[in-house]
Amino acid sequence: MTVEVIKEVPVEKYRDLGLGDDLLKRMLRKMLEIRRFEEMIERLFLVEGKLLGPAHLYLGEEAVAVGVIEALRSDDVVVSTYRGHGHAIARGVSMEALMAELFGKITGTCKGLGGSMHAAISVKHNIPVATAIVGSGIPIACGVGLALKYRKENRIAAVFFGDGATNTGAFHEGVNLASVWKLPILFICENNFYALSVPHRKSFAGESIAARGASYGLKSYLVENGNDVMAVYIAASKAAEYVRSGNGPAFIECRTYRKKGHGVYDTAWYRPKEEVEFWIKNDPIDMFFEKLKRLGIISEGEFRSWDKEIASALEKAVKEAEQAPVMPFDEMWNYLYVSEGARYGEWR
Amino acid sequence: MASGVREITYTEALNEALREEMRRDDSVIVFGEDVGVYGGVYKVTKGLLEEFGPERVLDTPISEAAIAGAAIGAALMGLRPVAEIMYVDFLTISMDMLITHAAKLRFMSGGQVKLPLVIRSQYSLGRAHGSQHSQFLAACFLQSPGIKVVLPGTPKDAKGLLKSAIRDDDPVLFIESGVLYRVKGPVPEEEYLTPIGKCDVKREGNDVTIVAVSRTVIEALKAAEELAEHGINAEVIDLMTIQPLDYDTIIKSVMKTNRLVIADDSVKTCGISSEVSAYVSEFAFDYLDAPIIRVNAPPLPVPFSPELERQYMVSADKIVNAVMRLLK
Repeated sequence: MTVEVIKEVPVEKYRDLGLGDDLLKRMLRKMLEIRRFEEMIERLFLVEGKLLGPAHLYLGEEAVAVGVIEALRSDDVVVSTYRGHGHAIARGVSMEALMAELFGKITGTCKGLGGSMHAAISVKHNIPVATAIVGSGIPIACGVGLALKYRKENRIAAVFFGDGATNTGAFHEGVNLASVWKLPILFICENNFYALSVPHRKSFAGESIAARGASYGLKSYLVENGNDVMAVYIAASKAAEYVRSGNGPAFIECRTYRKKGHGVYDTAWYRPKEEVEFWIKNDPIDMFFEKLKRLGIISEGEFRSWDKEIASALEKAVKEAEQAPVMPFDEMWNYLYVSEGARYGEWR
Repeated sequence: MASGVREITYTEALNEALREEMRRDDSVIVFGEDVGVYGGVYKVTKGLLEEFGPERVLDTPISEAAIAGAAIGAALMGLRPVAEIMYVDFLTISMDMLITHAAKLRFMSGGQVKLPLVIRSQYSLGRAHGSQHSQFLAACFLQSPGIKVVLPGTPKDAKGLLKSAIRDDDPVLFIESGVLYRVKGPVPEEEYLTPIGKCDVKREGNDVTIVAVSRTVIEALKAAEELAEHGINAEVIDLMTIQPLDYDTIIKSVMKTNRLVIADDSVKTCGISSEVSAYVSEFAFDYLDAPIIRVNAPPLPVPFSPELERQYMVSADKIVNAVMRLLK
């Protein structure tokens, strides 16, 4: 299999794609919601000191989640990661429930038992897993795909992972198995070029991540500028259609960049200044907004009013999360097993 | 022999359990290394491919992490996968999936998901398989609440427990004993289920409680026969499930016998017997007339030499000696 390269989509081409203004505006709106949500989380950690634990922000990578998820159907199954807030918001998980999860409250997506790294889990949005172990979502997605294929459902599994995951054993075992069994899975690599501090070029052997997908016999795409939401959307639409038609799995590498560090406390001092500046100029939201503005789909004023709406929704989400209760300690036993009777030391 | 009971092997009993559950529920699928065309290296899945077809019985690559991960994903989507990991030693390659995912997904999602999966595996202690194909390791999973761990010691329990494991809505690690595969025992003709999470009193007695699990149940029963010749009436409890553990049955027995010996194939340090012993000491100390004795393997890798392996393993003789020491 060869890798199909998907180039950035110039604004002149937009009208030829035949996409409705509603879809384009929704993509911009979702990207903005992810951006503002993550900025608020960063503030709650670093300025207000209200949140604890790890949090891996999606700042700068918004185009990948939104471009892919808009190309899926709502009944397709998403396997997310510890950098999953963006996937969840793109899927329509409420910012209130996500915020409450980060505060560890019972009103959170996982009732406060998951935290940031699992906050994206929302079964009603068909996100049954968000894992905190790099690469581990890939074998799990194989099982999701196996079940969908066995039941002859016309749905597909979509699994997100980073560039670091492509060096794990789980990646190679999972991608191989998916290909051998021709499972309906779309693999999406969010290549942000750093596995925490270690650069891709120092940890990756071979031509490219997309080429690794192709080497296992997967239909593979390389989105050169993964910050171009339209390029991501086109690649994901083609790949999803290929998978849904029963051809077996497909693979997309989206090249993108973290605006900030690996986790919220990481300043990312290890990245060259010129590289950071290049990607900051290539901001997914600014770029898409400019294009939609040129096409007359959105005005400066409407964009600013969205910003205000999102800001007040976030303020409300924070206030509600702060006021919500924590799960009573003994209630945790209910979530260990479906069956009852596993409390320790209760015999007397 | 009572009507409706026949003697079959542990392997045949497991095979019957799989067939019956696959016939009654099309959400049950089986996959693993060599489980299809070859019928499983120990023949537990023999004939399943022929009866249920390639959509429900799948050979996998040698990819233990992918096998366990696929079981998780399939279970998340409502199937009841029964995945085989050929040796307990190979479970370590899938440990991330078992411990960090299967055992925790329900909990950390706030109860949003359930994982009705079974991972079948076996340990070959007693078959001269050497250090890397004989490990028991069951006790490792006691540090990982959220996955049930079931260890049948007889053909009857093997069948009843596997059927229950497949119907259970929680993840179950089902560890078989390789030396028991060819052992025959009475198994009812009619359908039955053996409950998970309950011990079984295999022999009643008043003088001492012997707790055992999997292969050591047979040794404990042999020991009890020998002790009876010395006028000692031992009660033998088969744990059957080590997680969650049915402490009640053990405590009730200790309240009656006031003496406890625990025999299992773990190495002695932090084995299954360590947990049982600690629990009884903590919560039922007043009922004990003597110290608790654990009969285990020494904390050494399993030696190959069949004679050294024999000396290494828990045996009926070692259990008898332990009881004699207690009653001295």
